[in-house]
Amino acid sequence: MEHIRTTKVEQVKALDRFSTSNKSLTGTLYLTATHLLFIDSHQKETWILHHHIASVEKLALTTSGCPLVIQCKNFRIVHFIVPRERDCHDIYNSLLQLSKQAKYEDLYAFSYNPKQNDAERLQGWQLIDLAEEYERMGVPNSHWQLSDANREYKICETYPRELYVPQVASKPIIVGSSKFRSKGRFPVLSYYHQETQAAICRCSQPLSGFSARCLEDEHLLQAISKANPVNRYMYVMDTRPKLNAMANRAAGKGYENEDNYSNIRFQFVGIENIHVMRSSLQKLLEVNGTKGLSVNDFYSGMESSGWLRHVKAVMDAAIFLAKAIMVENASVLVHCSDGWDRTSQVCSLGSLLLDSYYRTIKGFMVLIEKDWISFGHKFSERCGHLDGDPKEISPVFIQFLECVWHLTEQFPQAFEFNEAFLLQIHEHIHSCQFGNFLGNCQKEREELKLKEKTYSLWPFLLDDRKKYLNPLYSSKAQRFTVLEPSTVSFSFKFWRNMYHQFDRTLHPRQSVFNIIMNMNEQNKQLEKEIKDLESRKNKQTDGVPTKELLHSIHPESPSLKTSLCFKEQTLLPVNDALRTIEGSNSADNRYSDYAEAFSKSEPAVVSLEYGVARMTC
Amino acid sequence: PQYSELMRTGRAQAELLLGPEAPRLRGTLCVTGHHLLLSPGPQDLWLLLLRNVDSIEKRVAGESGTITLRCKDLRVLQLDIEGVEATLDIARSIEALSSLESVITSFPFFYRPKGLRLGDAWHFHPPESYYKRVARETKAWRLSEVNENFSLCPSYPRAVIVPRAVDDKALALSARFRQGGRFPVLSYHHARSGTVLLRSSQPLTGPQKRRCAEDEELLRAVLAGARPGAQGFVVDTRSAQAAKQARMAGGGTEAKAAYPGWKRLHRPLERGRPLQESFVRLVEACGDLEQSTDHWLSRLEGCSWLAHVKEALSTACLTAQGMEREGACILVHGAEGTDSTLLVTSLAQLILDPLSRTMVGFQELVEREWIQAGHPFQLRCAHSAFSHARPKHEAPTFLLFLDCVWQLGRQFPLSLEFGEALLLALFEHAYASPFGTFLCNSEKERCLCEVRSQTHSLWSRLNQPKEQRKLRNPLYVLNPLALWPSVEPQSLQLWQGLFLRWTRPPEPPEVAWEKVWQIV
Repeated sequence: MEHIRTTKVEQVKALDRFSTSNKSLTGTLYLTATHLLFIDSHQKETWILHHHIASVEKLALTTSGCPLVIQCKNFRIVHFIVPRERDCHDIYNSLLQLSKQAKYEDLYAFSYNPKQNDAERLQGWQLIDLAEEYERMGVPNSHWQLSDANREYKICETYPRELYVPQVASKPIIVGSSKFRSKGRFPVLSYYHQETQAAICRCSQPLSGFSARCLEDEHLLQAISKANPVNRYMYVMDTRPKLNAMANRAAGKGYENEDNYSNIRFQFVGIENIHVMRSSLQKLLEVNGTKGLSVNDFYSGMESSGWLRHVKAVMDAAIFLAKAIMVENASVLVHCSDGWDRTSQVCSLGSLLLDSYYRTIKGFMVLIEKDWISFGHKFSERCGHLDGDPKEISPVFIQFLECVWHLTEQFPQAFEFNEAFLLQIHEHIHSCQFGNFLGNCQKEREELKLKEKTYSLWPFLLDDRKKYLNPLYSSKAQRFTVLEPSTVSFSFKFWRNMYHQFDRTLHPRQSVFNIIMNMNEQNKQLEKEIKDLESRKNKQTDGVPTKELLHSIHPESPSLKTSLCFKEQTLLPVNDALRTIEGSNSADNRYSDYAEAFSKSEPAVVSLEYGVARMTC
Repeated sequence: PQYSELMRTGRAQAELLLGPEAPRLRGTLCVTGHHLLLSPGPQDLWLLLLRNVDSIEKRVAGESGTITLRCKDLRVLQLDIEGVEATLDIARSIEALSSLESVITSFPFFYRPKGLRLGDAWHFHPPESYYKRVARETKAWRLSEVNENFSLCPSYPRAVIVPRAVDDKALALSARFRQGGRFPVLSYHHARSGTVLLRSSQPLTGPQKRRCAEDEELLRAVLAGARPGAQGFVVDTRSAQAAKQARMAGGGTEAKAAYPGWKRLHRPLERGRPLQESFVRLVEACGDLEQSTDHWLSRLEGCSWLAHVKEALSTACLTAQGMEREGACILVHGAEGTDSTLLVTSLAQLILDPLSRTMVGFQELVEREWIQAGHPFQLRCAHSAFSHARPKHEAPTFLLFLDCVWQLGRQFPLSLEFGEALLLALFEHAYASPFGTFLCNSEKERCLCEVRSQTHSLWSRLNQPKEQRKLRNPLYVLNPLALWPSVEPQSLQLWQGLFLRWTRPPEPPEVAWEKVWQIV
């Protein structure tokens, strides 16, 4: 590789991010074509994918060496001290190059080879089939039809080829409407709620300016409202704050004038734009990265970052949407400016509240494929896959995952998947290891020939299904069981396992999830054995169990409970996010930091920060 | 007998609202000597211990009135009552009856539940039974009955564990040198490291820097009886500044020169009124369903409750660390030695001692380190977070302890044999209980009131099999190691099960736990 000048540096120190006494581990740093690898003296490996690196910083030279701070998109922060400045400089330069690629073809997905043949790869890509999904929803039907208007991406480049529109919407209406919408993103079906026959539709903002109208657009909206035989009124949800929408009018864009559209109710829901979200998360991370953070600074930092307020705004919008459909039986058209950020958040979260299918592992994949990938959420720009405009980067999708996490917290039995599943998906939107999230829209993905040159993430997640199962999931729920989350202020909490995923010391040392999961498995196993035995017993003519039969029961279960608990176990599928199941570990030396408090001869004042005592004599 | 004078009315028709989403109960309302009763149907009975009422607010309009009762367990109830007179009478009766101060006329002295025998399960004689365990581990300590008639120290139990090398006469002199007579006694013996945890009150050095040879001898004997070469540390739960100031008022702290081998660490913990105010402000914030997330976060910060949790836990960690990793003996005290001192010693034991994390062990810990150790429950828990009265002696030290235990349980979900339900029960009963366990401020007072012979023990109720299932942690496995919790702010959580108990999200975690039980 042309960018790599030094491949191996020895005697590198890795500092603990939260230790105030600068505890460190010494080891060797390796630079490969795809990863930065650190192996410490205990042979523990830390792998960092180049694509995960958000920033590399070289700090001023110290007596012990040259500090290198690497911040990753999965919120890992590592702090190395490289003994020789020259080595540090080489690595720094290499990482700068390797973490920011100019072309898609240089991304990991194009070289990643999981040893599958073409047929297997293709099968993997076919795992999630959106045509099947629309069929599951119940379209096409007498009110909704599949439109071929965008088959060649002629009307809208950022939409998928296959779009569902009201039965009565003719091509001229569609074309006309698309000319009146930002980026040609005209109103189409996102989710059809079979039980109420109401629909969630999505689009971008109208180019209404101060007074412009478009008859075709008005017709299309009317067609959507008429496609709902129960309630002729439909909601138009503008997910932006009113002020932002009004500002857009001056640029010839804006929002629907209620007087021009029949039977609509217009509503602003006030979710802030991508730039506000980016700086909000930035602030949150800054506060939480502070060494010796006090409880009060933590909460005031959370407040001033506004992050939870934004999460709540997204949640509120989704609840509004779900209520409109369930309570009023009304169809809803959702848009923001371009209709690929906030609109994706609200449509997908709303569908998740309405339809329990999306709360299963497979269903959640389908939901992401539909409302995010196919409808053109700009993953590559929002995640910064390529070296590009940093102002396009924004944690919109993370925010969606966080809303889902909040729902899993409020409804512990409603989701088939667990937190690890959400974290793993987050890992891969940035990893560029699989093709799913590369590019910004379907057209671009086709041009990149992703299905031929890369692999799909979903089959790999499904293979590891066991890791992502929620043991408390109760699958008996009806398809249309609606979740009605609480949005009182205290329902919104800091998602520690996301933002401190790799800061081991902050997490509980024992995982309830693993234990329950294992016991659950064990129960199933035992039940199966009981059934086997019963059926074998029935088959036997004399009906008396033989000695041999009795011996075939595996006497495993009694020892299981204890043996599980003190072994090292992986909670997260990420290779090094290990959490040990134990009280204290000799390698985990954070508490020996207290030793300092006892070692000084006459302690005058001891201040304890971060569970670590420091002397200020 | 005297209750009849306080009761203004027998009964009235009323409607009860138990919470924002609970269904209304309608029926006949009735105030008795100790309870508020409402019978919605011939079979049903809803009942509230009047002692549980923390504050009462009445409003009349037209022909009816509304009484809002805020309870010590943080519940808020609303009663709509027919008739203005009836409303006022009932309000006055509740007000008078809920604030009775006499212990021996309180409900525990009348409560005779089915299935429990009086005198059962007062089997806890903590110092004695704990001494048996210590005696198996070391010979350096003895059980002293020098406080047999509570003359040395009114807030200590009859028996205390002291160094074998120190005789009762020396103890008496040391007691005179310590505030309230609380001379250093054994709290916990850590067999693995051969070190001990002691607690006491502050020494009465005063401005003249007085000394007491017997007190010094006592601490010297502690080190002599421990692991050879053991050092001693005094963990003072006040700041160095505050400890110095206490000298002016006759108190103080151990002078370095007088106690060779002992060093001092100051770990200021909040206590008294500021702690009570922190509790009040947190509960206030938790009652506001309309506030924005920003406002909620700023109130969470403003009340500082979690900062107190962090301080308490980290001081306990420091103490436990000193014993296990440094092999040092530790004496904990603040001023009186009845609040933050007990918080630190009991938490340090939970961190170090696997036995104290069992169902029985934890009950013994609470009995020994809080009840018998003289935490003044009656004064501290006279009012909870809703009282409008200016706090005099109230402070939620015990609640802070329970919260810290809950945090430990969150971080080590398999290592405590009991679940959140036990902690909630202890919180409720500490503030208002039909049982005698948390009555009075000390063993001495409990003896005078004959609590042991005249009331039932809470432990006997909690240890009934049908209660046990609710209180146990289904996932418990004995963990022989010490539990070192993380005290970073990101790791501490608001105890929703307590503070938001009555304003919970739609699917309560109980449902999930039921499932866990099934799986296990």
